[in-house]
Amino acid sequence: MPIDWFPLWLSLRVAFVSTAIALAAGLWLAYLLANRTFRGKEVVDAGVTLPLVLPPTVLGYYLLVLIGRASPFGKLWKAAVVAALLHSLPLTVKSARAALESVDRSYERAARTLGASEWRLFWRVTFPIARRPIYAAAALAFARSLGDFGVTLMVAGNIPGRTQTVAVAIYDAVESGNNSVALTLVIVVSAVALVILTIANRLEPAVVRR
Amino acid sequence: MIQARLRKTFPAREDSSGFSLDLEFTAAAGVTVLFGPSGSGKTLVLDSIAGFVRPDEGRILVDDDLLFDGATGVHLPPQTRHCGYVFQKYALFPHMTLRENLAFAVEHLPRLERHRRVNESLEKFRLTDSAGLRPHEVSGGQRQRCSIARALIGSPKVLLLDEPSQGLDAPLRNELYDVLRQVRADFKTPILLVTHDLDECFELGEEMLVLHEGRLVQSGPPRKVLDQPATLEVARLLGAYNLLPGEIRALDPGRNTSKLRVGEFELDGPYFPGKLLGDRVTLCVRTEQLATAARNGRPGPNQIPAALKRAVETPHGIRLEFDNGILVDLTRGEYERLRDAKEWVIQFPSTSLRVL
Repeated sequence: MPIDWFPLWLSLRVAFVSTAIALAAGLWLAYLLANRTFRGKEVVDAGVTLPLVLPPTVLGYYLLVLIGRASPFGKLWKAAVVAALLHSLPLTVKSARAALESVDRSYERAARTLGASEWRLFWRVTFPIARRPIYAAAALAFARSLGDFGVTLMVAGNIPGRTQTVAVAIYDAVESGNNSVALTLVIVVSAVALVILTIANRLEPAVVRR
Repeated sequence: MIQARLRKTFPAREDSSGFSLDLEFTAAAGVTVLFGPSGSGKTLVLDSIAGFVRPDEGRILVDDDLLFDGATGVHLPPQTRHCGYVFQKYALFPHMTLRENLAFAVEHLPRLERHRRVNESLEKFRLTDSAGLRPHEVSGGQRQRCSIARALIGSPKVLLLDEPSQGLDAPLRNELYDVLRQVRADFKTPILLVTHDLDECFELGEEMLVLHEGRLVQSGPPRKVLDQPATLEVARLLGAYNLLPGEIRALDPGRNTSKLRVGEFELDGPYFPGKLLGDRVTLCVRTEQLATAARNGRPGPNQIPAALKRAVETPHGIRLEFDNGILVDLTRGEYERLRDAKEWVIQFPSTSLRVL
């Protein structure tokens, strides 16, 4: 039986888009958490982290209530992106906050005395110094998005050729006894994840030294 | 010219006792040293001027620019204050080359002008050959020069240095002093230098502000402060003084003389303005102002007999510790001539006696 590669491409696309969104939003949130003092800051941090510990059914339920069970959005691949974001965003926010906070304050002070605005300070000094662990977190988020099953199944469902991601397709194949299809997809997904995690590991330790 | 009046209070908390900064000073062109022990508020003064800390009250004026005014709520952000700041560990941006570090400070200038300034600065601070290297690829001396060059390249109105020699070995320290002397000569704006090293005050300082627990306790040229500490506190901070309790037994303004009783001995001193007969005072005399001699019969005028406890080598010579607690610094030559003496007398020079 020929293997349908659509679920793999869909998963990669979903992972890519969700990681891009998680990186942008995560960086912004992490910046606020690291640099501003506001009321309920730690509650925001905890709220962002919550999806990491809640069961997928709980998250799926929230999303269904938010999106609406019958809404057409649930039948789009974008629903899978939203599902994946639940896990990729906390990963990037957490790591980016830690990375930004670990940047020695004297660099930022130096940049300020040299006339740098907040924007320039962030993009020219703080972010470049902290970038490696942030990229590593993005890679981790990508790998995590690739493998999401529970929430995706609840929110985006299992429509072959539309919302069926690779994790769901494997489940489908196993259930219907297509063992060869399941095995191939399992090996491919594992290999992709392994490569990505290796990249993440190589990015991580090289925090720039003085 | 810096004119500053600062007041800031940190209330006591569980993990720290409170601290309050309350001082007023002016600093003209040249090097003004902020001297004091750690925790005296020196760095807080720099940070207030640079704009990292907002004082509760006061006013900071640099030339004619108002940087901070508590009464009207003016508090410029650091990026508009034009203060060059040299940080303790240089804080050179690790991901940029030395050239990029310098260029960062003049990015607002047009391209050609920027280029010219950076090259000029690299040249002047002998960094041209290493301009393309990152901070961790160059020597400590180059990092040091680059951080000073970066602080100066935007033509700041003041230069602030936070313990720049902290943790440096002797050659690097001397190199730093050379660079800073050069900067002082070329750069006609006030330089504020924070240190707790007295040698550094003398190497570089034209004026010295002595800080203690957030207060300014004395100011003046370093030599003058050292010769005439204003209070017991200052003398203790500067170290290297013998502080002996005494009583004034005679005062003669006409002949500019006095008699001072220290323990069971009487010493001749100069007239002490502002002191009265019978006042209990502290005699304050620097360790290297005292002389010693072998005891030869009765002690002469202004001599106190003492037994030598031990002699310690110091970088500058020999320090003698006597059993009555008096310390005397001699050069090696002076010590060699006396080392066989069995009994000693300490000679107090009558003109340089100071009392507090």
